Amino acid sequence: MSTKVVVAMSGGVDSSVAAALLQRQGYEVIGMMMRLWSEPGRESHNRCCTPESMGIARQVAGQLGIPFYAVNAQESFRSTVVEYFLEGYASGVTPNPCLACNRHIRWEFLLERALAQGAEFMATGHYVRLQREPGQPERLFEAVDQAKDQSYVLSVLRPDQLRHALFPLGDLTKPEVRAIAAELNLPAATSKESQDLCFLGGEDYRAFLQRNAPQLGAPGPIQNRAGEVLGEHSGLIHYTIGQRKGLGIAAPEPFYVLEKDQAQNALIVGNQDELGDRELSAGQMNWTQGAAPSEPFAADVKIRYKATKAPAQISPLEGDRVHIRFDDPQRGFTPGQAAVIYREGEVLGGGLIEAAPPKAAHSQVQLAEALA
Amino acid sequence: MSDPKTPIYLDYGATTPMDERVWQVMQPFFSQDFGNPSSVHAFGQRAEAGLEAARRDMAAQLNAEPGELIFTSGGTESDNLALRGAAFAARAARGANHILVSNVEHAAVARNAVQLADSHGFELELIPADQQGQVQPEEVAARLREDTAVVSVVMANNEVGTINPITEIAALCRARYIPLHTDAVQAGAYLPINVQSLGVDLLSLGAHKFYGPKGIGALYVSEGIKLLPTQAGGSHEEGLRAGTPNVPYIVGMAQAFSLVQGETEARATTLRSLRDQVINGVLKSVPDAQLTGHPEQRLPNHASFLFQGVDGNALLMLLDGAGFACSSGSACKTGDPEPSEILTAMGFTREWALGSLRVTVGIHTQPDEIEAFLTALPALVEKSRALETA
Repeated sequence: MSTKVVVAMSGGVDSSVAAALLQRQGYEVIGMMMRLWSEPGRESHNRCCTPESMGIARQVAGQLGIPFYAVNAQESFRSTVVEYFLEGYASGVTPNPCLACNRHIRWEFLLERALAQGAEFMATGHYVRLQREPGQPERLFEAVDQAKDQSYVLSVLRPDQLRHALFPLGDLTKPEVRAIAAELNLPAATSKESQDLCFLGGEDYRAFLQRNAPQLGAPGPIQNRAGEVLGEHSGLIHYTIGQRKGLGIAAPEPFYVLEKDQAQNALIVGNQDELGDRELSAGQMNWTQGAAPSEPFAADVKIRYKATKAPAQISPLEGDRVHIRFDDPQRGFTPGQAAVIYREGEVLGGGLIEAAPPKAAHSQVQLAEALA
Repeated sequence: MSDPKTPIYLDYGATTPMDERVWQVMQPFFSQDFGNPSSVHAFGQRAEAGLEAARRDMAAQLNAEPGELIFTSGGTESDNLALRGAAFAARAARGANHILVSNVEHAAVARNAVQLADSHGFELELIPADQQGQVQPEEVAARLREDTAVVSVVMANNEVGTINPITEIAALCRARYIPLHTDAVQAGAYLPINVQSLGVDLLSLGAHKFYGPKGIGALYVSEGIKLLPTQAGGSHEEGLRAGTPNVPYIVGMAQAFSLVQGETEARATTLRSLRDQVINGVLKSVPDAQLTGHPEQRLPNHASFLFQGVDGNALLMLLDGAGFACSSGSACKTGDPEPSEILTAMGFTREWALGSLRVTVGIHTQPDEIEAFLTALPALVEKSRALETA
């Protein structure tokens, strides 16, 4: 009997082609699609599982002749991903719910169901590569198609999750995937790809926060590093680190958002020179090989999904934390987003960027650097 | 474990495979005797002959007059025509504005009644069923009013299989001149359906539950009962259901109905023993399980359970993977995280009601298939319990 693999389907071209390729490789393929949470009254709006996309996924499964199951993950999704999103904003960081979803929903909740169904592997249509050698832990690499690479959001995967993972699209480019879909006459959702959060249903996240956490929208002062009040902000949730437009401050030089001081409900701004920074610390580190390296090492670090990797020196710290010092100053460290560490295309691990250390310490470092 | 390549079908309550003999009688009416039964010419006459012969046959099985049988697109349409048609007609004729419906109806009746209340101003009152899902005649009697437009009580419930005392309820309604509708969609294949001895005024049937084709059904409308048509158009079907009749399917339905009604007792005996094999086996081998519905007064092919701490849909998926096709109550609930309204109405807590399983056997079910099912089930229930606590 052939090896069973569950493919997490979405109705999109990527997961449909992933299913078709695995079937072609001789696996016994089972399709599963999760129903994720949407706000009450907006149930059919979750971008990942609209009735239309569910219908297309069923159609693809029917065409391939594989079983297909809708798995209800709404409660789990709400209590982990949505809560994490709201708590993140409440604590002043900019959370990345896709990280939480991959870790707790797709690669825990769904993987458990896949394994219960007798599958040895679970596959997704992510653009990422996995190297599997007998007797060795799996190693996670960037996709061949750099433009589509999704290794950033999969940096949360632990060895026990990677052991059961298959990523059949990692060696392909998006045009190649589209060509396979066309060749197999696979239907695909017409909706254009989007980086929006699925449960916002195309809506701006701020409107969602206003409804679900209205207390986070309180106005407060806009200040510079020296504590001088320059204006009033309309609620910290409305701003992102590095933002220039929409601050409403008249000044000869443009101001940028440097930091959100949650305790004071203050938005800290400064000029372009103050925006760049070299050092950050990240917590809740996940190492794809399981254990943290014992010595400091050189690597490349990506600080946002769409950021370019930059060379840095990594120093593992106590308590699943790391200190990262970039070779060149970087812009827009955003607490709550992941810092993902790569070496020669391999994802070594990732963690959540922590809020910057106190300002005084900060400027001393800068001072020391300036003097050096 | 059974071979998943040849899965075992234990979901006859969702639908049934069509009897080969039904297909035989349908065939000529697709491209040979294809005429429109309303046409004057020979083509139309042959189709009309087939249509009216089917009506006579089916009416005879029901102990009704041919003119009392309206063909529809299925059980849901029959329920719609009955409930809406009777409610609006009673309002027009005597100002009646009160609808009395049991709280264990199929959605085709329940949601209709809610819409009549919410959008059309009827006063909806629910008749509570007991813990076994049975509607007691005294609960109906206590609620009948002068201005009751229509009463609807399901003949046998789809989720828990309980059979209701329709004859007694019908007598109460008839004494007050209030029309009683019963949804007999689940009962059609397994209980004798005699509208005279039942004493009902309106009765819904759907062919695919009794080894006939999908997309065709019937509504019995007792002579003298007024309905407002829900679908306006040509004057087909006594003016109650406009639209060219689906002749081949109607012919097939009549044939299927006559096959099942001709041998209900013989079939019931066989099915009952398979059903009891399921019930006894499950209650013996699965801990924290209970039977839902009435222990005796239930459909002869219907076994339904609740398993504590189980997600019914997860269990169905595991069962399907192991080669067993079952359902969690009705065929229409896939992926819905909410517990069934019927189980909730019967008083089960959410923790129990989410873990429902319905096993419905049919004419092709074999005892060794039940054995295989009973062997596989306990481990799968444990697996789905583990998923809930993971």
